[in-house]
Amino acid sequence: MIFKTAAEMATSLANKEVSSVELTQSHLDRITAVDGDVKAFLHVDKEGALAQAAAVDANRAAGKSLSPLAGIPLALKDVLAQKGVPTTAGSKILQGWKPPYDSTVVSKLKDAGVVILGKTNMDEFAMGSSTENSGYGPTFNPWDLTRTPGGSSGGSAAAVSAFEAPLAIGSDTGGSIRQPAALTGIVGVRPTYGAVSRFGLIAYSSSLDQAGPFGRTVLDTAMLHEIIAGHDVKDATSINASVPSVVAAAKSGDVKGMKIGVIKQLQGEGYQKGVQTRFTESLDLLASLGAEIVEVDCPSFEFALAAYYLIAPSECSSNLARFDAMRYGLRTGDEGGASAEAVMAATRDAGFGREVKRRIILGTYALSSGYYDAYYGSAQKIRTLIIEDYKKAFAAADVLVSPTAPTTAYKIGEKVDDPMAMYLGDVATIPVNLAGICGMSLPAGLADEDNLPVGFQIMAPAMQDQRLYQAGAALEAALSSKWGGTLITKAPALKGGAN
Amino acid sequence: MSTLSRDEVAKLAGLARIEMTEEELVELSSQFGTILDAVARVQELNLDGVKATSHPQPLENIARPDVVLPSLSPADALSGAPAQEEQRFRVPQILGEE
Repeated sequence: MIFKTAAEMATSLANKEVSSVELTQSHLDRITAVDGDVKAFLHVDKEGALAQAAAVDANRAAGKSLSPLAGIPLALKDVLAQKGVPTTAGSKILQGWKPPYDSTVVSKLKDAGVVILGKTNMDEFAMGSSTENSGYGPTFNPWDLTRTPGGSSGGSAAAVSAFEAPLAIGSDTGGSIRQPAALTGIVGVRPTYGAVSRFGLIAYSSSLDQAGPFGRTVLDTAMLHEIIAGHDVKDATSINASVPSVVAAAKSGDVKGMKIGVIKQLQGEGYQKGVQTRFTESLDLLASLGAEIVEVDCPSFEFALAAYYLIAPSECSSNLARFDAMRYGLRTGDEGGASAEAVMAATRDAGFGREVKRRIILGTYALSSGYYDAYYGSAQKIRTLIIEDYKKAFAAADVLVSPTAPTTAYKIGEKVDDPMAMYLGDVATIPVNLAGICGMSLPAGLADEDNLPVGFQIMAPAMQDQRLYQAGAALEAALSSKWGGTLITKAPALKGGAN
Repeated sequence: MSTLSRDEVAKLAGLARIEMTEEELVELSSQFGTILDAVARVQELNLDGVKATSHPQPLENIARPDVVLPSLSPADALSGAPAQEEQRFRVPQILGEE
């Protein structure tokens, strides 16, 4: 049962062929069997999950009306607050912290009867692209345990890819859902900025952060998207509009007459050969299904990476000032009449990892007087140019496409001492965040040179998220019929559990 | 090639309230040149007359009716406190001895 899609599991639950408690227990067993190798989870909430599952089973037995995903297990990125359950954002500074409230995403999941199995590993405060910056050690890619699953939502992606959960929640500030989805052979969506509430999402860069769904199919991902999206009065940047019909779009999957724009700047040099090959093949498939392929020019994208690595660290240097050792989290050095300021500095030294410190310092520099206009000010103007490039491109095409990441999954440790090399992996995903639009990554096959998954990225204008699912479902169906199943069903078996 | 000296990093770390070891200061200083060169690309374009974007959506202030809504209890609010006293956060000394 754990190898089925969430949609299939939902049907089995509705037909009472299996109970949610049984389904949840199967996934807990799978976690026990394989997570020693994958290390997707920071915390497994066995009792909580089984209690949630039992409650759904009772409601179903009582004939109550239930949401489509009621009773389906899910893995939650540790960046989202869940009441009474340890929430660390992958940082030592929050070790042992149990939030006194639920994030809106968690409230919505609970209301829908989705069973939360536990909290997944991530780069500390979502700063990173490999999950190696976690304060609790790395997560390993289920396709090849010597490689990273990408990041920062690497734990969530690995959990879904390793069949530890059919669905997961991640967050995407510069590609942190789409890139790990690409590297682990699954589907991940960063919804339009403001489509999913940020209340209770531990902030990294507030103008870029957005939570979103992972699944093994486009339809599963859409079902989760519909549950977590929607206006929330607790988030002042939440969009007050109805949620796009993403499930209907995923079921239609029709691209006849759809204009698909290939972004000239997001391919070619710097992209691995096998990545480029699978990307081009997918384009040909979409064309054969009746889509019209056009090339679009986005000249400012060349500067997106530079703008992002000023804007995000600047916002993070401000957001992370809240970790001050006073109200919650770690406190060290509080002896012998040490001043509050000294305790704060000692705690932030002990609690933050290297990448977090690096970004706080970079942001502090970019915002300091004398440098503000040259760095942060210029980056904000580049952001305007990127938005204008997208506007022009979307006038010529319904959706835009590119490879999700320039390479397949790299080895653990390969880039950890070279921050700039790591940052370059975000080159194709970052423009979406800067413009506040939506993007999806779905599997395009395996690269010939290393047999590792390649991601195909689809982008759509703000609040047109249904277009991602429409195009994604069409491509997924065409590729699956070619392969005889989705890509993830071809993943190598993990020790401790046959695939 | 941009540079940021060990002393400049130390000053920034002070502003950001992060104590750093000598080793960390030297390491960060050595990495900053490459990072600053990369981000300084934002200065390559002529950006005169381009408006700055601080946020992807047009933002406006949103006010809610001035009514009391449920909020955290004092016990919940203090539940993660490193130290507490008489239903308040106990913090280290914030003023000098004088």
